Amino acid sequence: MSPTELKRTPLFDAHRRAHARLTDFGGWEMPLHYGSQIEEHHRVRCDAGVFDVSHMLAIDVAGGEARSFLGRLLANDIARLALPGKALYSCMLNEDGGVLDDLIVYWRGEDRFRMVVNAGTAGKDLAWIERQRDRLAAGVALHPRRDLAMLAVQGPRARERVWQCRPALRAQSEALAAFQAREHGLLFVARTGYTGEDGFELMVPAADAEALWNDLLDAGVAPCGLGARDTLRLEAGMNLYGQDMDESTTPFEAGLRWTVALAGTRDFIGRAALAQRAPRWNLLGLLLRERGVLRSHQPVRSARGSGEVTSGTFSPTLGRSIALARLPVAATPGEMVEVQVRDRWLPAQVVNYPFVRRGKSLLPDDVV
Amino acid sequence: MTVPADLKYADSHEWARLEADGTVSVGITDHAQDRLGDLVFVEAPKVGQTVAKGKECGVVESVKAASDLYAPVSGEVVAVNQALAGSPEKVNQDAYAAWMYRVRPSDPAELNALLDAAAYEKVVAADQH
Repeated sequence: MSPTELKRTPLFDAHRRAHARLTDFGGWEMPLHYGSQIEEHHRVRCDAGVFDVSHMLAIDVAGGEARSFLGRLLANDIARLALPGKALYSCMLNEDGGVLDDLIVYWRGEDRFRMVVNAGTAGKDLAWIERQRDRLAAGVALHPRRDLAMLAVQGPRARERVWQCRPALRAQSEALAAFQAREHGLLFVARTGYTGEDGFELMVPAADAEALWNDLLDAGVAPCGLGARDTLRLEAGMNLYGQDMDESTTPFEAGLRWTVALAGTRDFIGRAALAQRAPRWNLLGLLLRERGVLRSHQPVRSARGSGEVTSGTFSPTLGRSIALARLPVAATPGEMVEVQVRDRWLPAQVVNYPFVRRGKSLLPDDVV
Repeated sequence: MTVPADLKYADSHEWARLEADGTVSVGITDHAQDRLGDLVFVEAPKVGQTVAKGKECGVVESVKAASDLYAPVSGEVVAVNQALAGSPEKVNQDAYAAWMYRVRPSDPAELNALLDAAAYEKVVAADQH
């Protein structure tokens, strides 16, 4: 795909002015970093950084049947949204129990919801959701919101910095618990993120995005690219769609069992297939015990059988390489495996994830 | 992207500098570090090891990718820059100060056969398309 065909967010000019190194991500021309990915990573762990995530798509779902429709569409249970503003993380499955996408859905009060889906899958998702709507709940209205920009401000000082730029927002958002959102005029503010740090995700009309971006930078928030977003989310043990799971994978095979609400008899799409399919593998963490960097698709071998790294990186916080990997179902944290890194098989320890939370290592004590 | 005029270059993006004592210092170019992004490991050849021109002799790993180091000249490795083991970011900060290893060249003519700055700039320009 040539650069001219790539889509751009409302903040594209701001990125160029900040000397962003741009990359193709899911058909979007997005910042990879603004000089140093590792420095951006540390800024988010220690202070505050801002990511343009406007390539992701917000889809508003409204109507009397919206809640029951989402109860059919999503593997997690929309009934868990008992308070207006509350957010829920869920997989959306196909009839075979494969993961079409992972997403966040917010209850905006009454019969209004907002889903946020991944950029690379947005077109496919929308087509699927419309088809299911036509079949299950024809009265439900779907509004893709390409008119909105999304900024993720993350880090221990992120909320403080947002209030510094937008003082009127403090009263609205100071009491927000984690995974809760509130709307303040045209501004949607959620205490959510993809980094393992505190912070806000903000949705604003596209025309207001650049002013907010500039004010955040003026307040000392570091512009951060998708490179740092990837190392932060991996340290935080968060899945990346297309890498750690896809349509060929069930949530049970992707470490997402906790997001599948099987209590009761709710008939969500994919449920019947999940009951039939025995998981072929389990997603677990790996910690490389030697110098080197674990990366996607590296083969794994162990006494339990073989597997594959789904996401691997150098962890800037831990100063060593970590990964998420598909391992035989019998594999257990504490065991050793070998990973093929270039032409050598290197020892790695199976560990639980997250690896880092709120700036602190969560590695087991026996790891040196 | 800087390409100092007083260095020699390989089209595999290493630079080589003839030192006063007759040894040759080797590193990766500014263009190479820029392409790789933040470096996290430098695995240079070891002191005493013999390297051969055009052959793999080490690895640099960045957050993005692993990349082989190729020897721009043949010879015996006489020193390795230990400072890079703990601080690979020095390569990103100043690629031409961050030498990786020094070699006693077995054939000084090899150095002269490397690219000069103008020729290497053309390699970089072609690489950017």
